[in-house]
Formats: sequence, structure tokens, C-alpha cells
Amino acid sequence: MSAAPAYNEDKGGSAGPGEPEYGHDPASGGIFSSDYKRHDDLKAMLDTNKDSLKLEAMKRIVAMIARGKNASDLFPAVVKNVACKNIEVKKLVYVYLVRYAEEQQDLALLSISTFQRGLKDPNQLIRASALRVLSSIRVPIIVPIMMLAIKEAASDMSPYVRKTAAHAIPKLYSLDSDQKDQLIEVIEKLLADKTTLVAGSVVMAFEEVCPERIDLIHKNYRKLCNLLIDVEEWGQVVIISMLTRYARTQFLSPTQNESLLEENSEKAFYGSEEDEAKGPGSEEAASTALPTRKPYVMDPDHRLLLRNTKPLLQSRSAAVVMAVAQLYFHLAPKAEVGVIAKALVRLLRSHSEVQYVVLQNVATMSIKRRVSTGPRPALVVQQGMFEPYLKSFYIRSTDPTQIKILKLEVLTNLANETNIPTVLREFQTYIRSMDKDFVAATIQAIGRCATNIGRVRDTCLNGLVQLLSNRDELVVAESVVVIKKLLQMQPAQHGEIIKHLAKLTDNIQVPMARASILWLIGEYCEHVPRIAPDVLRKMAKSFTAEEDIVKLQVINLAAKLYLTNSKQTKLLTQYVLSLAKYDQNYDIRDRARFTRQLIVPSEQGGALSRHAKKLFLAPKPAPVLESSFKDRDHFQLGSLSHLLNAKATGYQELPDWPEEAPDPSVRNVEVPEWTKCSNREKRKEKEKPFYSDSEGESGPTESADSDPESESESESKSSSESGSGESSSESDNEDQEEDEEKGRSSESEQSEEEGKKKKMKKRKKVPEGQEGGSSSDEGSDSSSSSSESEMTSETEEEQVEPASWRKKTPPSSKSAPAAKEVSLLDLEDFTPPSVQPVSPPTVVSTSLAADLEGLTLTDSPLVPSLLSPVSGAGRQELLHRVAGEGLAVDYTFSRQPFSGDPHMVSVHIHFSNSSDTPIKGLHVGTPKLPPGISIQEFPEIESLAPGESTTVVMGINFCDSTQAANFQLCTQTRQFYVSIQPPVGELMAPVFLSENEFKKEQAKLTGMNEITEKLTLPDTCRSDHIVVQKVTATANLGRVPCGTSDEYRFAGRTLTSGSLVLLTLDARPTGAAQLTVNSEKMVIGTMLVKDVVQALTQ
Amino acid sequence: MPGVEVTTQRLCRATLRGPWLAAGIVALHPMSEKHWKSVVSQSVCDYFFEAQEKAADVENVPPVISTPHHYLISIYRDKLFFVSVIQTEVPPLFVIEFLHRVADTFQDYFGECSEAAIKDNVVIVYELLEEMLDNGFPLATESNILKELIKPPTILRSVVNSITGSSNVGDTLPTGQLSNIPWRRAGVKYTNNEAYFDVVEEIDAIIDKSGSTVFAEIQGVIDACIKLSGMPDLSLSFMNPRLLDDVSFHPCIRFKRWESERVLSFIPPDGNFRLISYRVSSQNLVAIPVYVKHSISFKENSSCGRFDITIGPKQNMGKTIEAITVTVHMPKVVLNMNLTPTQGSYTFDPVTKVLTWDVGKITPQKLPSLKGLVNLQSGAPKPEENPSLNIQFKIQQLAISGLKVNRLDMYGEKYKPFKGVKYVTKAGKFQVRT
Repeated sequence: MSAAPAYNEDKGGSAGPGEPEYGHDPASGGIFSSDYKRHDDLKAMLDTNKDSLKLEAMKRIVAMIARGKNASDLFPAVVKNVACKNIEVKKLVYVYLVRYAEEQQDLALLSISTFQRGLKDPNQLIRASALRVLSSIRVPIIVPIMMLAIKEAASDMSPYVRKTAAHAIPKLYSLDSDQKDQLIEVIEKLLADKTTLVAGSVVMAFEEVCPERIDLIHKNYRKLCNLLIDVEEWGQVVIISMLTRYARTQFLSPTQNESLLEENSEKAFYGSEEDEAKGPGSEEAASTALPTRKPYVMDPDHRLLLRNTKPLLQSRSAAVVMAVAQLYFHLAPKAEVGVIAKALVRLLRSHSEVQYVVLQNVATMSIKRRVSTGPRPALVVQQGMFEPYLKSFYIRSTDPTQIKILKLEVLTNLANETNIPTVLREFQTYIRSMDKDFVAATIQAIGRCATNIGRVRDTCLNGLVQLLSNRDELVVAESVVVIKKLLQMQPAQHGEIIKHLAKLTDNIQVPMARASILWLIGEYCEHVPRIAPDVLRKMAKSFTAEEDIVKLQVINLAAKLYLTNSKQTKLLTQYVLSLAKYDQNYDIRDRARFTRQLIVPSEQGGALSRHAKKLFLAPKPAPVLESSFKDRDHFQLGSLSHLLNAKATGYQELPDWPEEAPDPSVRNVEVPEWTKCSNREKRKEKEKPFYSDSEGESGPTESADSDPESESESESKSSSESGSGESSSESDNEDQEEDEEKGRSSESEQSEEEGKKKKMKKRKKVPEGQEGGSSSDEGSDSSSSSSESEMTSETEEEQVEPASWRKKTPPSSKSAPAAKEVSLLDLEDFTPPSVQPVSPPTVVSTSLAADLEGLTLTDSPLVPSLLSPVSGAGRQELLHRVAGEGLAVDYTFSRQPFSGDPHMVSVHIHFSNSSDTPIKGLHVGTPKLPPGISIQEFPEIESLAPGESTTVVMGINFCDSTQAANFQLCTQTRQFYVSIQPPVGELMAPVFLSENEFKKEQAKLTGMNEITEKLTLPDTCRSDHIVVQKVTATANLGRVPCGTSDEYRFAGRTLTSGSLVLLTLDARPTGAAQLTVNSEKMVIGTMLVKDVVQALTQ
Repeated sequence: MPGVEVTTQRLCRATLRGPWLAAGIVALHPMSEKHWKSVVSQSVCDYFFEAQEKAADVENVPPVISTPHHYLISIYRDKLFFVSVIQTEVPPLFVIEFLHRVADTFQDYFGECSEAAIKDNVVIVYELLEEMLDNGFPLATESNILKELIKPPTILRSVVNSITGSSNVGDTLPTGQLSNIPWRRAGVKYTNNEAYFDVVEEIDAIIDKSGSTVFAEIQGVIDACIKLSGMPDLSLSFMNPRLLDDVSFHPCIRFKRWESERVLSFIPPDGNFRLISYRVSSQNLVAIPVYVKHSISFKENSSCGRFDITIGPKQNMGKTIEAITVTVHMPKVVLNMNLTPTQGSYTFDPVTKVLTWDVGKITPQKLPSLKGLVNLQSGAPKPEENPSLNIQFKIQQLAISGLKVNRLDMYGEKYKPFKGVKYVTKAGKFQVRT
């Protein structure tokens, strides 16, 4: 009715003055005939061929739907317009169709062909919208058509259509759950999608259709983690909550270790009685008690998740922040959970609804610290996470009551020995509030503080007693209830308070409070022997007028007094019991009868009445004042179920951590290849000097497909030609082959230990070969690396077998390209630089690279074995994909000699195209370079298809300076200014010196050329391989063997001038260390010292 | 997962049973057939009205209500309730955040988010919701994209539409949804290219009776109004970025640049948006720009009380404090107030018991004060607590934290934009306990 004028205005505005008045206001809907007529008019309008009339009609129909009126009888007229050219009419028809299709199934089928046509449209948006409407029509007959459409759309070129396909999956599932298996296939396929647009929607479909199929996530886990930051906000929430569940099933509890440690320390403590100090017995005992005890190492994937979600704490969306907060709360080690506090406190400034939800969660999080000592040590306890923000929870008089009460809850949880004075002072202000519910809650809160913090119990009690003289009865009543609970803890000292309470019975009317007082007097009647009978007298007088709950307590009091002081109260008790016998309430009658039988000795029931005193006056345990949030933690935080403290439909329990970690390799998409790759890399590094020494001038004649035998033949020939160091190289060679074979046979189970041994062996060989007299010359470098690359590619063929096998599996599966990419990457790594200055453009999957990055940064057990990292300072960004309009460019320093010019640093540049159009004609534009710096450009990349990546090599001569090389990256249409600045460690190449040579060279480079720095090595960086790894990661230097164990030597030459750079690290077992760099290039020396010190002490 | 449907619900009880908007029908959750057929079964909302009745104050309606078959999640904005009906487990903040986004969008489209605006634009509301939700899952929520899909109504356009018969729905299909920069539409063109930033800081404080600060912190936001052609890539740097203790970002900001260089680097959305919001750590002492002297007393057994407050400037850094308003929620027993202000004007609403004193500017020479008598209900006990004073004020051209924008650079486009930064400090939740 009130809507009527609005509707008319609406119509008048859009219909214009020339239009005839059609029908009546739909909202009035009073007269049936007019209703009927109006529909006729609408039908007529829909049947015209004027779009404006159609639009007007559709608008009115939609307005009807919006007001909850039935417009279903217009269906035939509306559905005809589904193919209308006008977009707005079309959209409104869609709205109508989706709303009423289910009721008019036969007619709805008429529209299906339009959508089927739409699905084939060249425009991606039309395809998407057709699928969207088609899947929203809930007509069971078209299920097969929908299924087919979804399947097709899932492999559509456009990510937007694929996203729509993901949205359609749950719709179809809810229409016909028999399609589940087929839908799971589609989900599996879409999960492998690499675009951020699809990720959120498909995970949503996954959660709705098959949340139990956690195995589908394995292969996509790392990708999802890496994409997360670029997914839109809604998708982020869904993905994060799914990954929380996933992580709970796949990783070990990060707190498990802590609890184990606690147990251990306890055990060790007891064990020490038997044997002092580090007795083996106690350790044994500990280890037998915990047979599976292993030092906890966080799975690198677990770490990856935590690292990639952390930046999202700064999202503007409260939902995302909450999702990350709950992820950290459920998954992060104790020490790291704290980061979420700041973000959650920030949300308290948001809308009151957001505050409400966040405070509920904070209340649960802050309660945990008390539960911690309970039987479940696995619970994460974050001591004091929110304590620095205590004041942010202070209450304003303008807060809504529900927010006030939640804040109070949090304040109570946060109160501890140190901050209790401030908290109580705040509470004091609150007690005087006008909001009485809030005051009552505050009194409860004071009671809880008093029970939790013994020091302030008396203060609180006194404060509460003062409140007893408050004018507001509710306040008094609440105080009485709380005082009762507090007194129960130590009644003996508080006779005075009980007396005071007894006096209150005259005035206080709130039943709960009266009952509490009576109970207290009864329970502690020995402390107030004079007053108690008097109170009973008064109560007996007013018994009939009391509330039920008070009556029960009067009976109770009477019984207790009868037992302790029967002389004075016998008559009173009998009077009360008689009154109660005829009460209207059956509970009270029952209680009276029961009590009478129990306390008044009679002939038959004597057995029990003898124990009546024990029954009534048994010491009772003091009540525990607990937060109402204490049990909420078994719900996943941030969930609806947690908020309601009840299981909501469709809630999925957060699983407990597994005892044993499931096989982490299931998540390996590319990683097996990677580990091998690193092994190879390692080996190659070792082999290089060996070959260059022994082979001398062996020509680059070997064909690529020569088998190992012919290869070794040719090698021996060449070595005999070279003549010098023949025997030693021969034997080494054989040795090498043996190793190789061993490696091949035991590739799968090759342990780190073995790898290390091998390394050691080879390290020793290096100087031997040199001492053998073979001189290394520059020319041999290329040939050696070529022969070596063949060797490794041989072994690689074996190793990559699983990958190539996968390559042969049906091309539709998404894993195939990944495998292919990897093998390409490997080839590229070992392409002999002499054959081709630049490797053919190869495809590197970005997710692989990201995975690699993720792994190298974590302390996974793999890394320590990796003495020389694959490349220098990791992958760095050259051009962000946003700035590059879809073209993302990264670079790494590959540390391989650049083929064209030995003075150049070779830089691997990775291009990936994340736009949806191919990028053409990628090349380096005219560089503007500082004097001395020169660039060897990479050949032009003709075209880079959408979603593809490629890697090229370019050489830069930095002229021994860390000046940046600025140049332009040009595509056909755009130019991007980019710059590469090398870390100083990349400006050199390793050389191999013997200990004596090293000392000799070092003696030449003293004085100004020597830079020394003292440092302390952190505990984490004391072991041999870590030190070596850190140094070689920072600077491209080769290790020089050394006699003493705690001295490390490294040597290299700068690329341009060839000046020696010698690095010595003298590390004492205590951790004190001295770093010395000797180099002609003082600037390089200084910078190198700085970098290495930083790397070592981090 | 989340099945979201949205209904806007009028606050006014008298019209609850009358016509109401069930704009969420399009976006219904298809999980249950029943739900689909029963057009947002209006009975579901009865639970909501019940809860609303129970909560004396609109602010106290619980945001999440559980009913036998559904869960109702609601927000209260601009005197309207937005209610969504949920069937399965979903993070409640997800829904709340979405509802606020819907309200923001209405605000953006209609200039106000009121009952009248929604009623007048039922069809656009419907079309918007259609685009914002698909099957209960948010689809397009960025205002830049929505505006390409559905043009906001303007007077001119409605006139043109009625003459030419063209529509509100965009003919061109939006590009933003497909790009990697979903918040910006392509092909933006302006003749005057301008980028304005408003640094707005709010002081949240609780001052106790004696005038000492119980709690104070600064909450700031940087709102941007960017009208730049093409695809500009901006970077905004601060003189003192370390001041910012906790920051939340618009998705356009590159987090890594901020982490490493403390520079805000971003490709901006077109138009108005909130770039960042931040908090300045409370360890830094917050300068409180005003002080209040107050004496409010109610006499025992008498039907009147005295009321006297004076406001003065304190540490205002040479800037004038403007637009001061004092709001006091008086106790229920107060019948009327008889006051004289030395400056500005006051009103007292005897129904809600809210006293509002509009002070205006402070001149240090003559401090504004408000004095007079309070009439109490006779016979009622005197109020125990003195009401707390909520103070609003504004200081132009000052960011109280001292935050300063250093420079704004633009890359990627050739033209020279006009740039501007404005600083304002306001009172946030500024409360003086008496």
C-alpha cells in the first residue's frame, strides 16, 4: 500500500508521457479482475515488436517478483522473448526464467535451444552467460544437456567461461546428485587450472560437491598456495578454509614437538635421580617412552601455506582476515600465532556486525590459555597474544549491549596478575552504567577474575559486598549470586559477609538472590549460629509468598538447621515442611516429603536418617566460574557453527592432526624431478674440474647420441693424445663411471649420506688431478662441458623416465605438459653452450619455479645436501605482470659460463604470458648502458602464446661493478624499461686452487687488498655444509681444500678483469669467526665481505 | 558453499507485514527445492522480526539468528536491515562482508541507501543482485565492473532512455572481469587527469573523569579519487612510513613493494575508493586536541540537577578546531533540560533523552560553555552514573599522527596529471567519561 506511490512514480518516470496507462499497481492486488486484466496488458506489451514496450513490461514483471507477487501465468509470453536482441530485456527474461522455470518445465524447454546456441557463440561473455542461465534452470530433463555444456565449458579457452563452468557444477549437483562422479572429473580438471579467475570458484565447487576427496587437492596444493594472493577476495576465503582442513590431514602438529619436549624434560628430570648429568639411561628411558620421537621439522608445504597466507592479514576484507586468522590459529606453531592479533584488533573498528563476529572469535582464542593445562596438550596456547591490545577492548557507553558483553568476556579472559588493577578499575566504571544487563555481566566478570587470580580475590569480594548496598536490585542480586560462589571457596573467613547477606533478606526481592543467601546461610550455619535460626523464622513467615526457587531453599535451610541445631529449630522446620506439603508445586511437595523422611527419625527409615547429616552437609566442591566460550574451540574458528556454538548443516569437522605424517610426496608435481636435478647439478659441479683437468684438449667431436662406451673410448683416445696426467684421469674416469652406475641403480633410494660421501670423494680428486700436472686452459672448458652434458643427459634419461612415461599418458590430463616442461628445462640446463649461444625457447611452468623457490627458502632436509645452489640469488622480478600488461619477466643468475664471451655473466630470463593474447616480437631494445657495461642480447622471441612461458639466456658484462644494466624490453606494441642489478657475488666465477697456491696468492694480496671482518655464527650455521652452502649461495666461488677443520677457503676470479678473489673463513667452535677477503678489487672485496657476513649471520 | 540470498527489510514495525522487498529471489540458493518454490518463504523472516522485537534497540539485533531450517545473517545500515538466508555452514563474516558490499553498491548507485531509493529502483536493484551473486556465490562485486554492466541511474539518462528507448544495461561487455586487474575498466578517458588523496585520521579516545587519557589511538584512511586516463601505474611514498603500525590494503596495492620499500605501488581503480586504512600504534602518545571541563550533578531527593560543560582547545598545533558537536545520552529519569550555551545551539530530545550541542569553532579567547538545570522525574531515584560525553570535531589540514605524503609518481602514461593531497583530522569514537 505504501509502495503504491513509489511504483507509480517508477512507471511514470520510465514509461514517458506518451504511453498509455497499463494496468494497476501490482502491490495493491486487491481486485482480482484488475489483476487479471493487467496481465493481459503485460502480455500485449510483450508481444509487440517494440523493445521499449517489452522492456517496460519486463520491468513491471520483475518488480512484481521483487514484491513477492506471483507472475507465473505470464510464462509463455515472457519465454518467447528469450532471444530478444535488447540486452536488458534479455537479462530480465533470464531473471524471470530462472525464477519460474521449475514450475513450468515444459515451457521452459522452449528456451533451451537459445542457450545451446549461445554456448557456441564466439564471444566468451555470451558463452558464459548462456551457461550461467542454462545451469540455473532447474529442470531435471535437461541434466544431460547441462552436463555436456559444463564439460565443454571446462575446457573452454576463456578462463571466464571456465569460471562459469565451476559455478555451474554445484547447481547441477543439487539438481541431480547422481552426476557426482562425472562432476568430480570436471572438478579435477578445473582444479588443475592455473588462472586465478578459476581457482576460487572451483574450490567452492569442490567444497560443495566432494569435500571428502582430499586426494584431488594434493597435486594442486602448491599451486593454490602460490596463486592465493591474486585470487579475488571471495575465492580467497573459500580456498583458505579448504586448505586449513587439508593441512590438518596432511601435516604433523607443529605444537606436538613442544609437548613432547615438555614430557621429555620431565622424564629427564626424574631420570636424573638415578644418574647425574647426561646419563645414557635417562635418555634411553625417554626414547623408549617415545619410540617415534624425531625432531619436528615442519613440512615445507606447511610452511609454504603459512608464508603465503600471511600477507592476506592485511586484506581490506574482514572475511579474508578472519580466514587467515583461523588458519594461523589452527595450523601455525605457537610462536607464530601472535601475528594475527594485530589484524583482528584492527577489525574491531569495522561495522558492528563484523565486531560481533570477531569478538566471538577473539573470546575463544583468548580463553585457550586456561584450557592449556588441561588434558589436551595439543591445543595451541598463545600466551598473551591479545594482551598488548587490552585497551582496544575497553567499552564505550555507546557500544551496543551485545558488543559490550563480548568485550567484557575478552577483558576477563585477558586479565592476569599484572594487568588486573587496570582491568578492575575499568570494571568499576562499567558497574555504574545505565545498561543493567551490562552491569550484571560486569559483576559476573569480576567474579571470574576473583576466582582466576587469587591475589585480588579479597579486593573483588569487598567490592562486591559494597555493591550490596546499591540501589538497583538487579545489581544487588547479581552480586549476591557471585558472592555466594566466591564464598564457597573459603567460607571460614567470611562470617561477616554472610551476616551482612542475612540482613539483606529483608529487602532484596530477586528470587535468585534470596535463594542464594538462604543456601549460603544453610551451608555455613555453623559460622552464623545465632542468625541462622532467625532467618528461618522470617522465611517461615513469608513462605507461602515466596517463589518456588526460594521455597526449595527454605526447605533446605530448615533441614540443615534441624540437623545441626535441632533444639531451636525443630518446630520451625516442622512448620515449614507442613506448609510445603500442601504447596501447589509438586517439586516442593516432593522435596518436603523426601526431606521429612530423611531427617526426622522414624521406625522404618532409620538407616538413612543416621546419615542425613552427611548427606546434607557434605563438603561441596567450589564452583568454577568459567567462560561460556570454553567449549567453543572444537569448532573451527570463524565458522557459523562456532558462532552459534552448535553444529550447522554442512559443517565439516576440523580433523585432528595425524599421528604420522602422510606421505608428503603426493603433493609433488614436479619436485621429484627437481631433487634429481639438484643432484645432477651437484654432480656436475664436481665433475667440471675433473674433466677440464684430465681431458686436456679433447676435441668437441663427440656426437650427441654416442653411447657411454664409445664415449669413454673417445675420451681415452683424447686423453692419450693429450699425453699428460693420463693414468690418473683414466682411473678417475673409471671411478666416475662406477659412481654413475651406482647412482643409477640406487637412484630411487639414494640417501643424502651417500650423496655426501660421493662429494667428498670427488673433492679429493680435484687436487690430485691438478698435481698430476695437467694444466687447465681456457679452451678446454667448452669441450669438457659438452662431454659432461652428454654424460649427465644419459643418466637423466634414466631418471626422468617416470616423467616421460607420464608424457605418454593421454594428452588431456594436465600433468602431462608439466612433465614435459620439466624435461625441457633439464635439457636446457645441459645444453652445451658451444653448440648454440642461446637455448631454444623453453617452457618453464611458473608454478614449478614458485615451488622451487618455496623449497629453497625453507629448511627442508633436502637443502643442506645441496652444496652449490642451482643459481645465484634466486629468482628476481624484472617486470611485474601487472606493469607488463600480462607479461611477467623474472631473471636468475645461472652461474654457467656465458658462451659468447667469458667476461659476461649469463642471466636466465624467464618470460611468461598471463594475458589472453599472444605477445609478439619480444626483444631487447636499445640499451642505455653505463660505460664499460655491455649486453649480449637474446634472439627475438617471435610469439609467446597466452599462458606460455619461456626462458632465454642473455649475457651481460658488468665490468666488475654492481652498476645496474638498464635496457628496454620491447614487444610489438610496447616497451618496458627494466634493469638488472647484479649482487656482487655474481660477478665472479670459481677457480680451483690447491691449498698451497691459495696461500701463495693470498700472501700477495695483503695490506690494502685484505679486508677482515669479525662475526659470530649463529647456532644454526655452525655445521660444515651449511657454512659452505651459505657462502656459495652468496658468491659464485669454488671451495679450496683446507687442512684444518674449522677453516674454509674459497676462490674465484672476477669475470671481466680476471682478478683473484680469495675468501677465508676461520670459524671457531664457539661461534666466533673471522672472515677475510683478499682481492685486488677493493670495492668488490668490501661488498663481498658485507654480503657474506649478512648471509652467515642471518 | 555459501547460499546467500538477500532481502532488504524495513525497520519500521508498522509496515513489516506490508509490501517488502525480496530482492534476493534471483540469487536464491538452489540447495533445496522447497526454498526455491516458496519465494523466500516470508515466514523465515518472522524469526527475524521476533528477534528484532526482543532486542529493545535496533543495534542489539544479533547479526546471526538460527532458525529450524535456516540461518539468518543480517546487517543494519542506514536504517535498513539487509537479511540473508543461509542454509549451510559458511563463514559468517563472508556473508556480512558481502551484505556490506551490497549496501555500498546501492549507496554508490543511488547516492543513498534508503528505503525510498531501493523502492524507486527495484529493477536496478534486481539486476545488480543478479550480477553480484551467482548461485549464492559472489560474482562481480567491484563497482568498476558493475558500472560497466549496469549503468547507474541519472536524471539525464532516464530522460534520454524514455525518449530513445535505450536501457540501463551496458551494451559493451565488461572487460575488467577478464583482465588481471579486475578493479579497473579498460579505456578510461578524461580530459582533465587528476588524482586526489584524502588523508583522514580519526582519534579514538576514552578520557576518564579526571581528564586523563585511558585509551587513545589514531585510525586513519587514505581515500582516493582518481580520474586518470589509460592504465596509470602510481606509486605513493610517505615521508615517515614507519608511523603506520597496521595497514590494510585495497587489493590493487602490491604488497611486496610495501614490504620491501614502504611505497604504495598500484594501478588504481577508476573513481573513488579507499586505498588503505591504517592504525598508528598507541605507543606513540596521541595528542588530544580538546579538553572538556564538566560538572554534572543530580541532587538526592530533588527533581533537578546541574549541568555545566566547557570545551577548550589543547595542543591544536596552530590549527582551528571546527565543527565541534557534543552528544550526551542523558539518563532515563531526565525530563527536560534548561540550558544556556555561550556559543552555538543545543537541542534536547525528551523521547530519546539525547542532548546535542552544536558548538562550531573554538576560539581560545572565549571558551564555549553550556550551563543550566536538568529537570528530573520527581520521586525517581537519582541516576547513579553521569552520562558520558561524545565529542565530534574536525581539524583541517592536519594529520594528527604527523603522517605526510612525500610524492606521487605515475608510470605507464605520458600525460601530466594534476595531483593533490588533503589532510583532515576528526574525532572518531571520542568519549569523555564524567
